[in-house]
Amino acid sequence: MRFSITDQPLDVAAISGSVAGSGDGGVAVFVGLVRDHNAGRQVLRLEYEAYPALALKAFEQIAAEAAARWTDATLAISHRMGRIEIGEASVVIAAASPHRAEAFAACRYAIERVKQIAPIWKHEHFVGGESWIEGATADPADERARLRALERACT
Amino acid sequence: MHVTVRLFARLRELAGAAELQRELPAEATARDAWESLAREWPALDGYTGSISCAVNESYARLTAPLHDGDEVAFLPPVSGGNA
Repeated sequence: MRFSITDQPLDVAAISGSVAGSGDGGVAVFVGLVRDHNAGRQVLRLEYEAYPALALKAFEQIAAEAAARWTDATLAISHRMGRIEIGEASVVIAAASPHRAEAFAACRYAIERVKQIAPIWKHEHFVGGESWIEGATADPADERARLRALERACT
Repeated sequence: MHVTVRLFARLRELAGAAELQRELPAEATARDAWESLAREWPALDGYTGSISCAVNESYARLTAPLHDGDEVAFLPPVSGGNA
């Protein structure tokens, strides 16, 4: 399964293995972790919530965008939901390609787009309270956001 | 018409429900559905300029027309953004 939303721990090796074919020369993998601090607060854990059906469609759209730009790259995107402890993986992106430059670029592009348009929210539990982390309005048709992700992927 | 409304994250908490059933006039849009919620739960109104919406599990504009039996979801801003 190249795209998934799961409440189980993420298996980085399995996700990485799901994209690599015999013609690929490398797999770039990004593992997003829950860290112990944010905005000056001591974070205790995160709780993730998603709209799973829409998130899977967003992942497929991101993969299609990446495939249009890096035609030989293959992507996998998995995001974990529910309670996640410090140091555990919340998201794994794997990008395979015949050559490393495309694998790194597609991987970076995908994580930027996941942050922009996947309907996924994190509820931060920190010392002294809790709070939903809200960034920008998710809009898959926002071309400026897409170009910003592309720029980050290619620099 | 009858629609199912789904709310996520802080919107779900403010309304106290993940799923609601609403009766709306014919030719209502997603925005009309949102406004009916914001009238019932004024705390939601602070999100009027920043929500996204989805109809039947696909992203949609707030101007999207709704139909009997549709599922309309309202989404607060997502977590991402920082590099």
